[in-house]
Amino acid sequence: MEKPQVNVTSAASGHGEKEEGAGGAVILFFILGLVGSLLVGWVLFPQLLYSKKRQPVDFNHDKHMELVSDGCESCHFFRPDGTYSGVPQLAQCIQCHEEPNGEDPEEVKFVEEYVKKEREVPWLVYSRQPACVFFSHAAHVKMAKMDCVTCHGPIGESTSLKVYQANRITGYSRDIWGENMLGVKRKSWDRMKMDDCAECHAGAHVNPGSVQTQKDGCFVCHK
Amino acid sequence: MDQQNGNTKKYGMVIDLDKCTGCGACMVACMAENNVPFREDDTDKLLSVSWMRVYRLGNGKPFPQVEECYLPRPCQQCEGHAGHSPCVSVCPATATDYDMRTGIVSQIPTRCFGCRYCMAACPYHVRQFNWWDPIWPDGMERMLNPNVSVRMRGVVEKCGFCFHRYQLATDKAYLDGRRELEEGEYQTACAQACPAGAILFGDLNNPTHAVHKIAQPDSTHGGRPRNPKAFRLLERLGTNPKVYYLSSKEWVRKAGDNQVQRTEQTPKA
Repeated sequence: MEKPQVNVTSAASGHGEKEEGAGGAVILFFILGLVGSLLVGWVLFPQLLYSKKRQPVDFNHDKHMELVSDGCESCHFFRPDGTYSGVPQLAQCIQCHEEPNGEDPEEVKFVEEYVKKEREVPWLVYSRQPACVFFSHAAHVKMAKMDCVTCHGPIGESTSLKVYQANRITGYSRDIWGENMLGVKRKSWDRMKMDDCAECHAGAHVNPGSVQTQKDGCFVCHK
Repeated sequence: MDQQNGNTKKYGMVIDLDKCTGCGACMVACMAENNVPFREDDTDKLLSVSWMRVYRLGNGKPFPQVEECYLPRPCQQCEGHAGHSPCVSVCPATATDYDMRTGIVSQIPTRCFGCRYCMAACPYHVRQFNWWDPIWPDGMERMLNPNVSVRMRGVVEKCGFCFHRYQLATDKAYLDGRRELEEGEYQTACAQACPAGAILFGDLNNPTHAVHKIAQPDSTHGGRPRNPKAFRLLERLGTNPKVYYLSSKEWVRKAGDNQVQRTEQTPKA
């Protein structure tokens, strides 16, 4: 009965020493794994999830804002039937851009590739919503007197167009989810998800018409 | 926005069955307007989708007295009691909703998960299920209406009184600085397509609109028509629909709601 006891104590003490060393290794392994997976999640995954595309032609909003008289609505105008024109078509650019204005390679490309060939520029629209969404610019800009910056940000002050990122799974622009992977929103134009619309639409100043939710009805924004 | 509160709309329809010839133009117009899917063989009407359907009624009498009547049936946009229409009450997904401002029962296909409770609840067979993804003939994708989203398989869809047309009309009104729509600015595709002018569309709350003048809805009795020629389908169920039918023939009015007609008319006779 004595021998086994000795054996047990020595074995126990030996095991204890090993456990301390192994514990450190386990913690280190855990930390490395955590940091590694965080890096994958925060750096690698967004790179994989979003494809990056450059716009067909770079565009300087700032330069154009200096030249036009009516702000954003000079080019992004309302049609008389109440619909919104959105991204301008070639017909609006042609007045000034029949010939290249200057030596800028983007300008030359625009005139040579699109204006002279009478091809519409296949602009990538950052704020394109899914097909089931109805959005009325007239209701927001004309009736509610909101300004463009609230949703689109200070895009009018930009000197070049940013890289367009599309979600490889859904096909939607990254601007819908927002730059921040966690979905953290600091400015009103950081995201364009349904919740962001609902922030105002659930508020007191919008009429509650829905019997189901006592908020704004679904048909207001969905089609 | 408060001005709007006191001025809620109740968009509804009056369909004159004496004028309807059963041509089916309303069905065609509706399918084209709302991107309603169809299949090569659409003969099984239990599986096909059609938001507007024209039914043929007969009086069941032998030759000399035989009479026929065609009855176009869009969504009846039931108000029920305080907006609790049969389908809205049962939807577990909040995919269908009653809008107190327009009186229109909405259906959001992207929200629907296809349990089909609403189809069971609807007494008018208005709601239809997409058993298949829509397959459009070559090139027809470019003919689809961009204002109506295309539905996938596994969801329920139904007529929404061409709500996108209401939105487009309000857009124009907003641009002109108005909040109110004129009667003619918002009309459904079926009402515009009807060559006989049998379908009238407008705001039942607005005394200047034709639908109000003709149907004369009695708001103290759940919107029952005061016009003796007018009736609603299955009035006895209390669904309080916003589609009124007109017919000069008694058997047609009875066919619309057998039971009520019988109980109401026996004492008179």
